[in-house]
Amino acid sequence: MYRSHVLVCGGTGCTSSGSQAIIDALESEIKKNGLETEVQVVKTGCFGLCALGPIMIVYPEGTFYSMVKEDDIAEIVSEHLLKGRIVSRLVYDETVVEDGIKSLNETDFYKKQHRIALRNCGVINPEAIDEYIGCDGYEALGKVVTTMTPDEVIETILDSGLRGRGGGGFPTGLKWKLAKGNDADQKYVCCNADEGDPGAFMDRSILEGDPHVVLEAMAIAGYAIGATQGYIYIRAEYPIAVDRLNVAIKQAREYGLLGKNIFGTDFCFDIELRLGAGAFVCGEETALMTSIEGHRGEPRPRPPFPAVKGLFGKPTILNNVETYANIPRIILLGADWFKSMGTEKSKGTKVFALGGKIKNTGLVEIPMGTTLREVVEEIGGGIPNGKKFKAAQTGGPSGGCIPAEHIDIPIDYDNLISIGSMMGSGGLIVMDEDTCMVDIAKFFLEFTVDESCGKCTPCRIGTKRLLEMLDKITKGQATLEDIDKMEELCYYIKDNSLCGLGQTAPNPVLSTLKFFRDEYVAHVVDKKCPAGVCKDLLSYSIIKDKCFGCGMCAKACPAGAITKTDYVAPGKKLPAYEIDASKCVKCGACVGTCKFKAIVKE
Amino acid sequence: MKTLEELKAIRDKMKNQVGIRSEEENTTRVVVGMATCGIAAGARPVLTAFSDLVQEKGLGNVAVTQTGCIGLCMYEPIVEVMEPGKDKVTYVKMDAEKAAEVVEQHLIGGKVVTKYTIQK
Repeated sequence: MYRSHVLVCGGTGCTSSGSQAIIDALESEIKKNGLETEVQVVKTGCFGLCALGPIMIVYPEGTFYSMVKEDDIAEIVSEHLLKGRIVSRLVYDETVVEDGIKSLNETDFYKKQHRIALRNCGVINPEAIDEYIGCDGYEALGKVVTTMTPDEVIETILDSGLRGRGGGGFPTGLKWKLAKGNDADQKYVCCNADEGDPGAFMDRSILEGDPHVVLEAMAIAGYAIGATQGYIYIRAEYPIAVDRLNVAIKQAREYGLLGKNIFGTDFCFDIELRLGAGAFVCGEETALMTSIEGHRGEPRPRPPFPAVKGLFGKPTILNNVETYANIPRIILLGADWFKSMGTEKSKGTKVFALGGKIKNTGLVEIPMGTTLREVVEEIGGGIPNGKKFKAAQTGGPSGGCIPAEHIDIPIDYDNLISIGSMMGSGGLIVMDEDTCMVDIAKFFLEFTVDESCGKCTPCRIGTKRLLEMLDKITKGQATLEDIDKMEELCYYIKDNSLCGLGQTAPNPVLSTLKFFRDEYVAHVVDKKCPAGVCKDLLSYSIIKDKCFGCGMCAKACPAGAITKTDYVAPGKKLPAYEIDASKCVKCGACVGTCKFKAIVKE
Repeated sequence: MKTLEELKAIRDKMKNQVGIRSEEENTTRVVVGMATCGIAAGARPVLTAFSDLVQEKGLGNVAVTQTGCIGLCMYEPIVEVMEPGKDKVTYVKMDAEKAAEVVEQHLIGGKVVTKYTIQK
């Protein structure tokens, strides 16, 4: 029995900031102090506060150490674990209050969160099935196969109002019901873990932190629709998640929770992994199934929908990782419990990956209907360096932006669509006043052009032409007519593309055009980039009367574009410098070196 | 595993172990003085005895933690029991056997073991 548990985050974020070295150091220090029978080190999944990694929590006190370094470990072990004195200089400063340390759940970052899909992430060791069982794991599967009929399971999911968390928001129960209704000798349950949106990483974190929840939910789905085989399609760029899934599948088979005659019933179900090569289009359901079959990952027209004719031509359901993570709790606590959270048409919670210009980068799970303002200002801790909020991008390359005037919008599926964005898989990128919206649209278009599979013409050629138009705008070579043409092309691509990738690819352009048309016009008419991002529209110059002639800027210039002139400004001793615009690469290195603010960017 | 009972057995066993990681408001705290004086007087076996027994008995609402020097070094090992809404109880000159008695009578039975408390 251990009196103290030290939880160290082993998610991808903290692993890359060195958490494995910390675990090793902890284990050796604990041994040195003879505490190995008293203190247990647990490598968990993501805690969510990735900005402050590597993260460590010591229980039973619940002390939250952030940005821990290897050198700090000896002190933590000898002071805290041995003597019980909390090393306050390493404690997350939000938790420090006058009379000691408050609970992590009381901090701004966690206070407004409600964790269902992430409930075990950062709490259990993902490689120990017993810990998952200790947190009510596999109880829902046991309940389903021994006491419920498949129709009752589907009815519960339908009644809960759960909608697909991968982006589309299709009612999960309905999907299952359709697949159940189609008779076939074989059906399949698939899990979409091909998370490809730039900036989204909640599926990875669930798989890394709580892999068994996905296995359990897939088995429940298999029971509900009458399938015996499941596939998890996961990108090979998620090596930690792949490892943990393999461990989890092995453990579940050993316990008889996957395989033949689960819980002594007639129900048999097994799961295999399929690794994807990281093509964005493989997140689209028909392309994903084509890829599982061993073909090149390209979409095909629907109908027939997968519930009728899916994987290997058999009825198939495909759900996203986060959707599955909600299932066992709904079975155990009931549809009414789930329905009590959220808005009228969007129930439960949603996980968002917070990124961009925000203090608390990381993973948050909030009830549907929480406003964007609460997410950005309270949970996210606001925008660094006192800058102003300009917009947030949701839904990645398929979504759109939410401008400052809509910051009080309650986040749910329908509200986001009504303002031209979408929930998407839950990436939420915050932008401040230094972000150029044309440049953002161009960034996402570059992504979709790269990722277009090329099967249909509107997407293959249309997105390429769209990108060229955007490029023209950022270079100041476009006319107002080009903006109108671009808008027309957007609608053409949306209406005619084969799959979701092409149908949503113009969204970032359309939504920035809708809310920030004046910025596009400024690029075209005034040949200026208001945010000062588009290099071709920028020029740097030195105000000679302010220049003291110190020459620091000339030293910093990588292009040798700054030279001395003959002009000595009144009251100055040395000749002023000037920038040769034809040589300037617009890197901005000179601006930071000038103590006299003599260099201006226009 | 073929039955729900087997699953339940694992769950109950693990619940006591992972339960330490929950942060409930209504917990009783058992605090063992673990400064140099406490360790020298034998506080570590007391601490492990408390934490083992609390988990063995499945006392989900009790957290066992350490603290530094309380200032009464001659009475070490010192253990404080803090129940929500009640006065703090201080046990002195503890050892592992006395700890077992405190767990049994105080934490489970709700009766303070006055013979080990600090004498006025």
